[in-house]
Amino acid sequence: MPRGEVIVNSELCKECSLCVAACPHGVLGIGKAINSKGYHSVEAVAPEKCTGCTLCAVMCPDVVLTIKRRSPERK
Amino acid sequence: MQTVFQKPEALTDVAMHYCPGCTHGIIHRLVAEAIDSLGIREQAIGIASVGCSVFAYDYFNCDMQQAAHGRAPAVATGVKRVRPENIVFTYQGDGDLASIGMAEIVHAAARSENITVIFVNNAIYGMTSGQMAPTTLLGQKTATSPRGRTVEEMGYPIKMCELLATLEGPAYLSRVSTHDSRHVLQAGRAIKKAFEVQQQKKGFAMVEVLSTCSVNWGMTPVNALQWMEENMVPYYPLGVYRDVTAKEGN
Repeated sequence: MPRGEVIVNSELCKECSLCVAACPHGVLGIGKAINSKGYHSVEAVAPEKCTGCTLCAVMCPDVVLTIKRRSPERK
Repeated sequence: MQTVFQKPEALTDVAMHYCPGCTHGIIHRLVAEAIDSLGIREQAIGIASVGCSVFAYDYFNCDMQQAAHGRAPAVATGVKRVRPENIVFTYQGDGDLASIGMAEIVHAAARSENITVIFVNNAIYGMTSGQMAPTTLLGQKTATSPRGRTVEEMGYPIKMCELLATLEGPAYLSRVSTHDSRHVLQAGRAIKKAFEVQQQKKGFAMVEVLSTCSVNWGMTPVNALQWMEENMVPYYPLGVYRDVTAKEGN
């Protein structure tokens, strides 16, 4: 089970790829679906690698990403 | 699973109009996170400027007022003096603050008005499609300096933190960047500090945040961050230029 989870609000995404570049584990990629603004939204292409480090969300200019992490006591 | 990152309460649900990859969005979020973490959302009054960030009043979930071009520090002065119990901040770009608003920012700093200024420096006029700004780097190509900015024709870019640091008034002056996640987190701490300085009634606080304008620079958002790190950071050195709380050992 992955340590973290990225939840994408696809409607807000503008396909800038800053989160894709920021992720150290290659979790994120640009998807094929198009949102109502006409952008290909980012999606978790390798969700099993997510550690919940939040670096992608820190670099996202549009607050597209919500990050969840497994709490340490449950490890 | 616990939520470790989500939209701060001090941002509204309105989708921002900024171009893809514009670091304005990151800086908006940092300001909102600082407001949330200090619990001052109900007290905060933001002064929006003119430029790309003119619609900041739609995005911040606190009381907002729009000022004429460059006059945000003057409006903030009035608001803060009439309502000293509120936390007043301006959010200004380099065209607004360092060009038409130069007089207002210098005098607000000289008077040490107890306000917080968020100064976003992207070295270009973004809203009007990429003309040369006072902060445009030497050699940088813009719509009005198509062969690159030269000293002979256009003079030198203005370093606002260094300029204001010559005054006695400012209580906190800091320059931060948004070119990677580590620097974004540092920028967030500096912005929070600038609000704390106002809470402690120390006087004028300004954070200059280096920012990108990928569309008008003619780059992808990822390349723009790299260009900023390689070109802007060397000319606009990061760091704290004034911190009166450090002198007092707080």
